[in-house]
Amino acid sequence: MRSPKTISLLQHEIREGVLFLLPAMVLIFGITLFPILFTFVLSFTDTPLSNPSPQNFVGLSNYLSFLRSTQFWQAIWRTLYFTVVSVGVELLLGLGIALLIHARPPGWAFLRTSLIIPWAVPTIVNGALWRWIYNADYGALNGLLYSLGIIDKYRPWLTEPMRALNLVIVADIWHSVPFIALILQAALATLPLELDEAAAVDGANAWQRFWLIRLPLLRPAILVALVIRTVEAFRVFDIIYVITQGGPAFGTVTISYLTYLESFSYGHLGSGAALSFLITLFTLAMALIYVRLLYRPEVQG
Amino acid sequence: MRGLSRLLVFVVLVALLLAGCGGQAAAGPKVVKVLAMQQAGPTPEEMNAIVAEFNEKNPNVKVEIEYVSYDALHDKIVTAMATTPPSYDVILVDDIWYAEFAKAGYLWDVTDRVDAQTKEKVFAAAWDITTVNGRIYGMPWLLDAKYFYYNEKILKEAGFDHPPATWEELVEQARVIKEKGLVEYPIAWSWAQAEAAICDFVALLYGNGGRFVDDQGKPAFNDEKGVQVLEWMVKTIDEGISNPASVSYVEEDVRNVFSQGKAAFALNWLYMYDLAALDEKESQVVGQVKMSLVPVFEAMAKQGLKSATINGSMGFSVVDKSPNREAAWEYVKYLTSEDVQKRYAAHLLPIWSANYEGEALEALKALNPATPVTVPMFKEQFPYAHVRPKVPYYLEGSKALQLALQEALTKQKTPAQALNDAAAKWVELQSK
Repeated sequence: MRSPKTISLLQHEIREGVLFLLPAMVLIFGITLFPILFTFVLSFTDTPLSNPSPQNFVGLSNYLSFLRSTQFWQAIWRTLYFTVVSVGVELLLGLGIALLIHARPPGWAFLRTSLIIPWAVPTIVNGALWRWIYNADYGALNGLLYSLGIIDKYRPWLTEPMRALNLVIVADIWHSVPFIALILQAALATLPLELDEAAAVDGANAWQRFWLIRLPLLRPAILVALVIRTVEAFRVFDIIYVITQGGPAFGTVTISYLTYLESFSYGHLGSGAALSFLITLFTLAMALIYVRLLYRPEVQG
Repeated sequence: MRGLSRLLVFVVLVALLLAGCGGQAAAGPKVVKVLAMQQAGPTPEEMNAIVAEFNEKNPNVKVEIEYVSYDALHDKIVTAMATTPPSYDVILVDDIWYAEFAKAGYLWDVTDRVDAQTKEKVFAAAWDITTVNGRIYGMPWLLDAKYFYYNEKILKEAGFDHPPATWEELVEQARVIKEKGLVEYPIAWSWAQAEAAICDFVALLYGNGGRFVDDQGKPAFNDEKGVQVLEWMVKTIDEGISNPASVSYVEEDVRNVFSQGKAAFALNWLYMYDLAALDEKESQVVGQVKMSLVPVFEAMAKQGLKSATINGSMGFSVVDKSPNREAAWEYVKYLTSEDVQKRYAAHLLPIWSANYEGEALEALKALNPATPVTVPMFKEQFPYAHVRPKVPYYLEGSKALQLALQEALTKQKTPAQALNDAAAKWVELQSK
């Protein structure tokens, strides 16, 4: 049985604990929760950017007007295409590079270090870089293809919607492959060698060892890289802002770009907030799918 | 007891923290914060020098100035205006934002503070920039328009001794230039999905006798004249006269292409003259660059129209919510005063018409190597400059028109269809 003294000590500790936690809670509420709740409230109003306190409740009409607009669905489609292609290619290339480094060919340390460079370049700088590379009249891409004899005269690259989207994807891949490669390479380095060796003794060939042993063991690392990159790719904005400004003919307007236009260029804070929440729903759904597909308990630890 | 004292310490700390955040500046000169841009117009050094002069003459006011790029300016202003008091007391406003900002209540109405003399001595066209529904919301400052540039050397090699006066003549000259292999694509445009495309389109539209909106403010850019212009734009790309990369180019790309000698003609703001014609570091065509009036279409030329272009000017305004409006307005007046404008006219032509007459004109022309050309050219071209509609939904309407131009240029829609769709969007925005 507890004495009254212990209880008061316990209460004291709780009180102290709460006191110590309070600043952190205030910060988290102020920086994370409050803006989310505020945005949620805004998304049901027609608040203009010029007077950003919630007003004029309009119910679901912001959401409904987007769900009914072709511009919204085209942007969603483009964003999905961007995400699937860029993350897919990044994963394959990243895995290949990770395996290559892991095999420690001559110069692997140099390779691993230089791999950081594209990732270390800020996205805005990366965008400016590729904008120059793709330039029709003095870009490096034209220069390269021309001097290799692949094209007979300089051509414009960013003037067709679908091609522009693909070229923006290439720029994004160049930037993000290193991230996936480094995560997977780090994961590879921690895998227990015994399993691999045992399988080799049992006569498994290199492909079988990769497919049946290493890949399943890499699954948690792949999941982490995929979730981070998918969410990032789904919210892609800056690289498009720099390379194409959403053009040509809205061909590279992704859902985040649409949100930017809606909120800041057109000044519709309410519908911009609704778009942000739609993006959140989509990313949440994708994260859940990943967890279902890849996060199997038996491969943990 | 101990707990209580700790709580007290905590409360005091929080109070101190809050006081530190929201603390008022000690008594001293009134601070006037200015948001300007670092792009076209005077250099930051020149702007800073004007600020220093003002601060010295007004010891009770302290002006602090900040610069952003043009593309960041609008969004920076609208986010800064959300706080009270706002982060800036004076802002640089583009022609096309005045209606939006006036409606949002950002700008101080200075109609009664502009005296009759000032009103009369500043170009009438300049007042159009800062005036919305008859009220004046600031001082005009940067008067700019798109000018027509040509490479005299290429024209001479093609056998032409004069620049084209009409767009039809330009096409003829361009065909010869292309056939002779002097350049692959004789003219470069800024037709990317940006405001730049609207500027070029408006210059062509008025040169064909078209109008952006009619007298009732309804869209008119999709009438017969507008469709003809967009069809012409598409045709010149198909024929290889316009650089096909124009669809992804803004003004800086046009300047680069033209400065490399890869275009014989270009449409651009005044800033390109100094950089393309005189600056060895920026240009490979130094000494070959000339300017002339922006051409018009032949049918309009026959009716006596000499030129048509786009007005891309800016003004300085005082923020309505500013606690120091009077001091801020004094600074704006100083910055745009006749004396200051005359002394700092190297990269910014004055808004005062008196500077363009008699001795003052000669002094203005003698300011730097560019002004002997740019000053007379400005005087000749600016009267033909057309402003875009002053409506609060301009940016959204403009985006719809940018999309239409691009849809036609990338062959996703016919010019008529694309322009009609944009006009429908414009009508929808009006009814909101």
